[in-house]
Amino acid sequence: MIAAGSQSAAGAHASWHPGASYRSASLWFAGCALLCLLFANLAVSALNPWIELRRLVSGILAPDLSSLDAWSIVYTIAFATLGVSLGAGTGLVMAVFYGHSRFVRGLAISLRAVHELFWALVLIQIFGIGPLAGILAIALPYSGIFAKVFAEMIEEADRSAERALPAGTSQVSAFAYARLPDLAARMKTYALYRLECGLRSTLVLGFIGLPTIGFHLESYFKQGHYHEAAALLGAFFVLIGTRRIWARAATMPLLIAASFLLLPASTGSASATSNLIRFMTVEIVPAPLRRADIEGLGAKLEALWTWLAPILKSQVLPGIFNTLILSQIAMVAMAVLALVVFPLVARRFTGVTGHYAGRFVLVLARSTPEYMLAYILLQTFGPSMLPAIIALGFHNGAIVGYLLGRHADQIAYRLDAPSGLNLYVYDTLPRIYGQFLAYCLYRWEIIVRESAIFGILGVKTLGYYVDASISELRFDRTLVLIVSMILLTIVIDWLSRTVRASLRISTLPTRLSDGQTAIKGAI
Amino acid sequence: MQPHPTPVLSLRGASTAYDGRTVLQDLDLDILPAQTVAVMGRSGAGKSTLLKLLYMQRPEAIALVPQAASLVETLSVFHNVYSGRLDRYSTWANMRTLVWPKAQCVSEIRDILCDVGLEAQMYQKAGTLSGGQQQRVSLARAIYNGRPILLADEPVSALDRVQGGNLLKLIKSRHATAVIILHDVQQALVHADRIILLDEGRKVVDAPASTLSAQDLIMRFGGLA
Repeated sequence: MIAAGSQSAAGAHASWHPGASYRSASLWFAGCALLCLLFANLAVSALNPWIELRRLVSGILAPDLSSLDAWSIVYTIAFATLGVSLGAGTGLVMAVFYGHSRFVRGLAISLRAVHELFWALVLIQIFGIGPLAGILAIALPYSGIFAKVFAEMIEEADRSAERALPAGTSQVSAFAYARLPDLAARMKTYALYRLECGLRSTLVLGFIGLPTIGFHLESYFKQGHYHEAAALLGAFFVLIGTRRIWARAATMPLLIAASFLLLPASTGSASATSNLIRFMTVEIVPAPLRRADIEGLGAKLEALWTWLAPILKSQVLPGIFNTLILSQIAMVAMAVLALVVFPLVARRFTGVTGHYAGRFVLVLARSTPEYMLAYILLQTFGPSMLPAIIALGFHNGAIVGYLLGRHADQIAYRLDAPSGLNLYVYDTLPRIYGQFLAYCLYRWEIIVRESAIFGILGVKTLGYYVDASISELRFDRTLVLIVSMILLTIVIDWLSRTVRASLRISTLPTRLSDGQTAIKGAI
Repeated sequence: MQPHPTPVLSLRGASTAYDGRTVLQDLDLDILPAQTVAVMGRSGAGKSTLLKLLYMQRPEAIALVPQAASLVETLSVFHNVYSGRLDRYSTWANMRTLVWPKAQCVSEIRDILCDVGLEAQMYQKAGTLSGGQQQRVSLARAIYNGRPILLADEPVSALDRVQGGNLLKLIKSRHATAVIILHDVQQALVHADRIILLDEGRKVVDAPASTLSAQDLIMRFGGLA
């Protein structure tokens, strides 16, 4: 995309020119998305979307604070705190073995490949609607994410201090003295940042029935009570915005203890253990294998295939197809948005005051739960892929744009550098393009995972069929669908790594939780 | 007697300090038109700071060669050189050039790249070039910029003496007035009209090159060869 004028002569060096392959990678992704547009249903079927949208905006501008349901806020904090803490603890243990054990890596990938909404749908069936389902729905996928990130941190950590220890220092002491101090600070920052994501996830769990903020939001939006919704949403943004104040290493023990005490009572299912046993040993076993009248291995396999084939053909394949269509379009939407908005947060473009304003807007955009955004847009536009594309592009574009803006701030421009659009195109963009592609490729897996959840809202991605199978109580089908979801994530993860390797993007992009100094090193 | 010419750049009592450390101290300096000035001195003597102050005087009249080549490594050599004149074309023309440069631009830039010996690398990414080649691209960018006064911070430090000499001649032929930070005493004596030696933020030598000898300079330099 950059410097297309150099095509003729650069052709000879295309194999080792990073620029040339950046261009072709970008064109491939854009071309794929265009192709996907042919298959995507983007119709706006609502008769008068603008009237509803205007009501929504006027509601949001005048929040009704008297309607705030304080308990839903408390439960949101409690579920998120306990879920993320449990996930971080488990993730840390897994991280220690991550590098050596294929099993642990596979387990972590599987845990994080399934979105917390699907974990919640399944767990509600076992434990009923209550704190246990909510907390585990956060803890399980988050432990997979924590395992990966903590393992990367352990791997990246500076080991020079360890080499300087006297010979004969025990492994435990070496870890505690030379590695843990450096690691602990980074892990702490990351875990606290993850709490912010946990709050967002917990909110969304309310949309499927758990007693968090989303539960009330869902009914407000459904009934068009936008003033009430705005108040609750405003409270949520305040919660996110003040996270650094109330969630610190020192306040965490208190927060965890208080969360335990304030948990709501569980409704339904009193016999969680027997439910779990029945679920694991009976309900997820494929239907033909449960039947006693089929005997012999051959007959069983045949029955299994007659059961499996239609699921694969009419659910897994179309589900994967639609998931990919949605995610590829959303990824390019994210990329375009990120490139447009990153100057908002770069000092060189918007000035000192301007870039703080830009940051505020982008943090607000990334804190808006994408599922909720799609839910609102579905109400106003009517059912199609459009709301999901907008929601995914908006949320992820804000994240990538924010990070790119911080990279742009680190560039040492020459004294006589141009300004405005000239600076953007001739100086900034070429310098951060590799970093930009890295972020896009990293978010690929995440977007595919998130694309699935819009199935619950009626977009026929894999999640649509998962949701249907759960409401039909056919958990054996759910298992097949979830396994195919995991496999899809693994394939995308592998593809992303392959593309990154071929583009020679080896540096790990900076995490949102890292400070400015870490960004400096990543350029 | 000739009337005294008006200086094109001048500093009066210039002082700067970073973090409490003085870099330049009460410096007076006039750069006269059609003069090639070599600025020399140990690292930390304040040379780059002096150049920056001079640049601030009249940015609209100056073509700058910064110390690090400051190229955009993922752009082609052609576009890096072109970016020396971004401010003088319309933004629309600049966007167009990124994708489809005009033949006239290409031939102008090719001529300059010819002069610095990089014609063959015109469409390579700047990041694939060696340090010396990058330095020459940076110089080509300033020449293409074309403003009458050239300020250059060690523009030939990564080149051998012959190549460096040729480029200094090129600079003199293209820019009437030039202030160049140099490292090499011989080069300064051969190519400059006037030599300024800085030490700890003060001028210790400021004289026509013809009145100085290598011996003088090396003595005053305090051991820097």
